[in-house]
Amino acid sequence: MTDQSLGQLGDGLLLATVVVYALAMLGYAGEQASRKARRAVTSVRASSQVLVGAGGPSVSLPAETVTVERASRSGRFAIALTACGWAVHVLSLVFRGFAAHRVPWGNMYEFSSAVALVAVSFFLVLVARGRVERALGAFVMLPVVLYLGLASSVLYTAAGPLVPALNSYWIKIHVAAAIMASGSFLLSGVVALLYLLRSRYDAQLTARRTPHFPVSLGAQLPTAPVLDRVSYSVIAFAFPVWTFAIIAGGIWAESAWGRYWGWDPKETWSFITWVLYAGYLHARATAGWKGKKAAWVAVAAAGALIVDYYVVNIFVVGLHSYA
Amino acid sequence: MTVRSDVPGDVNADEEAVRLTTQPKPVGLARKGDLLGPLRRGWRQLTSMRTALLLLFLLALASVPGGFLPQRRLNPLRVNQYIAQHPGTGPLMDRLRLFDVFSSPWFSAIYLLLFVSLVGCLIPRTRLHLKALTSKPPKVPRSLAKLPVNDRWETVNGVDQVLDQAGAALRSWRVVRREHEISAEKGYLRETGNLIFHLSLILLLVGIALGAFGGFKGTVLVVEGKGFANTVASFDDLQPGRRFSPSSLVPFSVRLDAFRATYGPDGKALTFDADVRWAPLGGAEKRDDIRVNHPLDVGGAKTYLIGHGYAPHIIVKDSTGAVIDDRLVPCLPQNPQFLSTCVIKEANTTGTQFGFRGVFTPTTVTDSTGHVGSSYPGLRNPVLTVAAFSGDLGVDAGTPQSVYSLDTTAMTPVDGGQAHALLPGQVFHLPGGASLTYADTQEWATFQVTQDPGKGLALVAAIGMVGGLMLSLFIRRRRLWVRVRAGAIDGAPTTVEAGGLARTDPDRYADEFAALVRLLRPVATPTTSSTPTSTNQEERP
Repeated sequence: MTDQSLGQLGDGLLLATVVVYALAMLGYAGEQASRKARRAVTSVRASSQVLVGAGGPSVSLPAETVTVERASRSGRFAIALTACGWAVHVLSLVFRGFAAHRVPWGNMYEFSSAVALVAVSFFLVLVARGRVERALGAFVMLPVVLYLGLASSVLYTAAGPLVPALNSYWIKIHVAAAIMASGSFLLSGVVALLYLLRSRYDAQLTARRTPHFPVSLGAQLPTAPVLDRVSYSVIAFAFPVWTFAIIAGGIWAESAWGRYWGWDPKETWSFITWVLYAGYLHARATAGWKGKKAAWVAVAAAGALIVDYYVVNIFVVGLHSYA
Repeated sequence: MTVRSDVPGDVNADEEAVRLTTQPKPVGLARKGDLLGPLRRGWRQLTSMRTALLLLFLLALASVPGGFLPQRRLNPLRVNQYIAQHPGTGPLMDRLRLFDVFSSPWFSAIYLLLFVSLVGCLIPRTRLHLKALTSKPPKVPRSLAKLPVNDRWETVNGVDQVLDQAGAALRSWRVVRREHEISAEKGYLRETGNLIFHLSLILLLVGIALGAFGGFKGTVLVVEGKGFANTVASFDDLQPGRRFSPSSLVPFSVRLDAFRATYGPDGKALTFDADVRWAPLGGAEKRDDIRVNHPLDVGGAKTYLIGHGYAPHIIVKDSTGAVIDDRLVPCLPQNPQFLSTCVIKEANTTGTQFGFRGVFTPTTVTDSTGHVGSSYPGLRNPVLTVAAFSGDLGVDAGTPQSVYSLDTTAMTPVDGGQAHALLPGQVFHLPGGASLTYADTQEWATFQVTQDPGKGLALVAAIGMVGGLMLSLFIRRRRLWVRVRAGAIDGAPTTVEAGGLARTDPDRYADEFAALVRLLRPVATPTTSSTPTSTNQEERP
């Protein structure tokens, strides 16, 4: 097979990945919808029991059983689809790498794809370990699908060789670490946003107000403490990796540009991101900053990361502007 | 069984036991009349976590203009451009040091305060941690049932037997046995890592400062066949640190034999190579190939390849036909296709002086209006287009001039300023019999030499940071207590209580605790545990 057709195969597989992920997202959403229906049934039953009086015969409604089954089937289907999509995703990057005869993270298109792969992998690991409910999938896959869709339309670059500055084994180390950390950070940013959503939902319920969309989505989410813990553990994993990525970048910069740190825009934004995540880790241990404030810091840090990759690469002139 | 009042441990000890943190305790306010009171309060304020947090956010915020606005140290040209384009706000922004963010007084103030705060926080924490490292795990709290994870069961085993078992199960823990109780603790390395990380940050700052004060950076442009020595005089541009002394320059010299660049069909650069011969002072000559990502390292002084371009070889003859100039003229690239500009000054001609403005195009294309351009960075169809001027170059006035600019105020255009396109080997005949020949094309490369005495320290600090971080984020500090009570009468079962506490990742600790309890707890004994056991006697604490 020629390099060109290999590259095209990789691109096609990435599109397939997006489609499969989107289907998985529908599966998760389907599971939630049937659950919601069940909740409605249960609450109707509960209120009718109250009306009839406690101790009345609690007959399980056949409709409920059906919806529960449909819900779990839909959820299982979604998780299986996510796993399939993940495998296709890996393949697409492998073909890219063979087509270009290098690591498949040499430009922004490939980089974005790899970052999304890390986020999905992390999510699958969390579900497999029972740290989060798979229902979270709908909220995770939506940004992943959007992100991959944007990457493969706006940032598309055909497979090709690297500019000389990138021709170094450090691209394997520095960029791989950066991708690992970024995928995790973006996932934690999504979870932190969901935490804020869930907190608002809880607060409105406590205040006896009826949550409206999008706050009403909070009902589908894991509890706030769970989301907070997940967001923290993902950041706790990613922060040392990010630190390592910056340091590896410094070592590479020292051999490529003659200095390990020079406040190049990309370096500056990596530093801002790093400082904000350091702030998050401290905030979580400081009275008065736990919970919502810390979550906002995590969201701001993820924002800085996005600026670091996309705004800096596209709009700001610097040494990293080659992707 | 009810909790008896004579259980050892008082309220203070209980507090100490469940305070699983190395953060210093908040201290009471200073006494009245204490002259140092306000100072002490200020210091306490500065070293508090809340202040550190605030300073961290300020540091991030202060860096933002440095990430968006052009910075003078990186690109002075773009800063001037920006100020010229924003005549209203530009000068004000300049006065606020927004184009020199990272050397501005306000940025320095923030990070210095942050580091002072850090030191103030580290000293008591280090002291506390050293104390914790040398002390025994705290006594068992009075009520183990109040701990986040706890369990209680009865066994026919004797008190000592249970305690021995527990000691064996907790082999990797720091264990202390007090009469019929066991206190165990694990994960001290978490705080050790935390301290290493923060100490490394200070070390990193020292390393950066060493480089900023004692280091230097010099750049020099070299055409093929020429070279340079690592001395202050030979650099075109020199950026020494504040305490840099020229005697610390490593003595060596480099000669550029050949420079080669290769490009893809789309004009994207593929490789750059500079074949050099270099020699330490008085030493034998060696060959090397300086590439991007592959600098030449001579005793800590590193020579990098940072730029390249074309240098047309020109020969100038006077009216008698004698060669008065024969050299390579470096042309500065103006676009990615290497359309380059250069200036040739001929001041040593007797009588009239000549000046030339040249445009060099490696792969020349001419548009319909007759303008030359370049369509590819490689050397496929080179043309040197020159316009000549005669008169006074102004070089004899004594004021220094750039070799890349031509002052034509005292000069008259030759041929009405008409540009002449020369192919390699072609000659431009000047009025009065002189001539300029474009013989062929060579290349030039710019090298940057840097010496950074703080680099090694910074690397050590960086390794310390990552190592410390990993310890402090992945290791969990946790405590476990066991209290055993013998039956009231002979033959009555022994009661065992266990409880545990972890500050981080309580879920995982719950699993670990359960696994440890399973080791101690005999299967199929009657239990009074709060966790209901299933009917088939399967233990699921």
